[in-house]
Amino acid sequence: MSTLLETRTGSDLDGKTPTGPIEERWDRHRFELKLVNPANRRRYRVIMVGSGLAGASAAASLGELGYHVDCFCYQDSPRRAHSIAAQGGINAAKNYRNDGDSIYRLFYDTVKGGDFRAREANVYRLAQISVEIIDQCVAQGVPFAREYGGLLDTRSFGGAQVSRTFYARGQTGQQLLLGAYQAMERQIGLGTVAMYPRHEMLELIVADGRARGIVTRDMVTGEIEAHMGDAVVLATGGYGNVFYLSTNAKGCNTTAIWRAHRKGAFFANPCFTQIHPTCIPVTGDHQSKLTLMSESLRNDGRVWVPKKMGDSRPPEQIPEAERDYFLERKYPSFGNLVPRDVASRAAKEACDQGRGVGPGGRGVYLDFAEAIARLGAGAIKERYGNLFDMYERITAENPYEAPMRIYPAVHYTMGGLWVDYDLMSTVPGLFVTGEANFSDHGANRLGASALMQGLADGYFILPYTLADYLAQVGPQPTDGNLAGVTEAMAEVGARVERLLAIDGDRTADSFHRELGQIMWDHCGMARNEAGLRKALDRIPELRDEFWRNLKVSGTNEELNPALEKAGRVADFLELAELTCIDALHRGESSGGHFREESQTPEGEARRDDEHFSYVAGWEFTGVLSEPVLHKEPLAFEYVHPSQRSYK
Amino acid sequence: MNLTLDVWRQRHAGDQGRIVRYQAGGISPDMSFLEMLDVVNEGLILGGDEPIAFDHDCREGICGMCGFMINGIAHGPERATTVCQLHMRHFRDGDSLTIEPWRAGAFPVVRDLIVDRSAFDRIIAAGGFISASTGSAPEANNIAVPKQDADSAMDAAACIGCGACVAACPNASAMLFTAAKVVHLGVLPQGQPERKGRVKAMVETMDGLGFGHCTNIGECAAVCPKEIGMDTIAFLNRDLARSAVLTGNGRA
Repeated sequence: MSTLLETRTGSDLDGKTPTGPIEERWDRHRFELKLVNPANRRRYRVIMVGSGLAGASAAASLGELGYHVDCFCYQDSPRRAHSIAAQGGINAAKNYRNDGDSIYRLFYDTVKGGDFRAREANVYRLAQISVEIIDQCVAQGVPFAREYGGLLDTRSFGGAQVSRTFYARGQTGQQLLLGAYQAMERQIGLGTVAMYPRHEMLELIVADGRARGIVTRDMVTGEIEAHMGDAVVLATGGYGNVFYLSTNAKGCNTTAIWRAHRKGAFFANPCFTQIHPTCIPVTGDHQSKLTLMSESLRNDGRVWVPKKMGDSRPPEQIPEAERDYFLERKYPSFGNLVPRDVASRAAKEACDQGRGVGPGGRGVYLDFAEAIARLGAGAIKERYGNLFDMYERITAENPYEAPMRIYPAVHYTMGGLWVDYDLMSTVPGLFVTGEANFSDHGANRLGASALMQGLADGYFILPYTLADYLAQVGPQPTDGNLAGVTEAMAEVGARVERLLAIDGDRTADSFHRELGQIMWDHCGMARNEAGLRKALDRIPELRDEFWRNLKVSGTNEELNPALEKAGRVADFLELAELTCIDALHRGESSGGHFREESQTPEGEARRDDEHFSYVAGWEFTGVLSEPVLHKEPLAFEYVHPSQRSYK
Repeated sequence: MNLTLDVWRQRHAGDQGRIVRYQAGGISPDMSFLEMLDVVNEGLILGGDEPIAFDHDCREGICGMCGFMINGIAHGPERATTVCQLHMRHFRDGDSLTIEPWRAGAFPVVRDLIVDRSAFDRIIAAGGFISASTGSAPEANNIAVPKQDADSAMDAAACIGCGACVAACPNASAMLFTAAKVVHLGVLPQGQPERKGRVKAMVETMDGLGFGHCTNIGECAAVCPKEIGMDTIAFLNRDLARSAVLTGNGRA
């Protein structure tokens, strides 16, 4: 299609995946990777940015091996990282249930769930490692749910046909993070890891073509500092807050990966974002974030809207015959358990037709009346009590009596910095782990797989692949006198000064809200060329206004939340443009996103393997509107691409 | 809703600090307490003033970053609720609210409502872990954990490290926080080898950081957003006494 012709294309990317039988690739590759002599490890310093599952697990593991790690986070403590908010669980191919699960099945489900836009070799490795992760976490004291015999309990999650999800009540992310955090604190006590909380990375230092350090701002004193090392790891999470409203924490941002992108790291598949169907709807303009309700609710809740447009009767006054259980109607075999993207899109469609419920008509009902009648309120309370309480706390409505209202929200970003099989970006020495990389989830992530990937990267992949890099380059001087350090620090200082000097009329939050609305309207779960072009006109205008009309109070030399926010929004305003360019160029529907021009006659998503079976890696050229596309072609030797069908 | 806010403003740790009065108008009952402060802050920034600094992140009640006193109560009036999950519908139009940071010697004020809680991290670094280096773990189901013990561990492990317990305690003791971790790891079989040394090291570190002693008043448990109970403190005291008189793995 015409949009393709406008994209400048460069040389293809090589993911450096090993060859041979898929089940042997990681083992063989591990053997081929170089080792660092134990006595030499303390001579290496690793810069770790982020302290979530991917960052804390890697910092702890590298510290245990004897490397020196400097770990940075913007929160007051590494224990706050947003991995903590994950509710549902973590997948592992243990086959404890004897229900036919296997490493191969988890691999297969993940490749298929990602709609054939992930690397097979990476996904297979992830499934292999999943088994070790559970062992490791149990040894650390993670209080997973148990059966009465004392063995680990599992549940089926997100429509999976096997029960492979391990969980710790509704707080699995919290418990896994605390396990990694405690392992890291142990290393802090032993002196191998140094922690820098309330430090925000604002620039990557590249010297002689290698990532050698970062520039941070001390968020208490405003001091701009350079931190040097032999390698840099970004474990800084996703960029879902480019939509302003998302289920991410307020502080989640793109600055670290965006700054690295500007310094040469290719950004892969930025338009692959995941919209989660079961979030609590927006109540007004004051809304600062959205709260996710576990999708396990769809196991017993029925989703519906009134058949009539603009029906404002309270739900109990709408008779059965005038309700549209649209998921059950459209997808008779999967019903309310269709995947996240399908459920989200159907809900948005119902609301776009004017049949949405609640404030502003942006919501659909999730009704437990039938399940309560069938199983009793007690059984429902046992299953979902904490979620029902949380819903009531936020909305002041009792879901045992009235149906919940839910609406989709941005939840996770599959896109991120491009990395090879060793998790190294296109900048030598710059590694990217967890949600920050474009990772193993293709165009759509399965439930309970984010925690698995973060910990696989940190505990069991990076310690090997990073060692290989370090062994090859040898210990480097880290005195800060390298070329590029002074310039990077000066750039950061100048940018901060510029933000403070504008003295306009709008706060960073007001720009962020407007940007989020543009992204949600035109680059959300359903996109089309006209809308994306509109967004691409509007985003540069908004960015221009930002740099002319922003208001930041206070100074740099103090704790200044307005300044922190402004810096993050400035980077979101740049990332947003790339995200829309990527979305525009990808003229197919795949995974979590629906391209309106690419649908089947029944109105379902149509993937286009002929034209788009590749990872899109974008190179920054200095001009935001003219990135260069580098493709990494995807080959499927084991799982043969098929169209998903949930009819 | 219209509210009168008396807010603690303090530019930095060395600043004296004072209460400043603000009027918060047009507040919707559906807002969370932090969203109400967002509205106030937008107005302050546009007026060229500096926003009220407060810690927050997930706004779902799980990261533990937010927290301050509202009319003298840590996290405000709702039971088992952090300030990010506290909604304005629990207040009345015309209310006056006094908002102050946690007050404890071991939690120095950084700015306005933000305090330095890094002492909590140091207590964990002293022993709040099980030494199980990556790769050394046995098969997960090799050791059965009675469901009751796993549940008790989870109850205690629910602590979010917000510091409300310290703020509410007249002695500014960190006993509930420390005890929650001692129980979490102490009831699990994996936590037994280090159990004795863990409790000693954590309590010694806690004392050394300037937290007060526990006198079993119970204010901590009353404000804990995760409802960690006083029984954890009894558990800690029992383990501490044992560690003082017994040798080896809890045996005489």
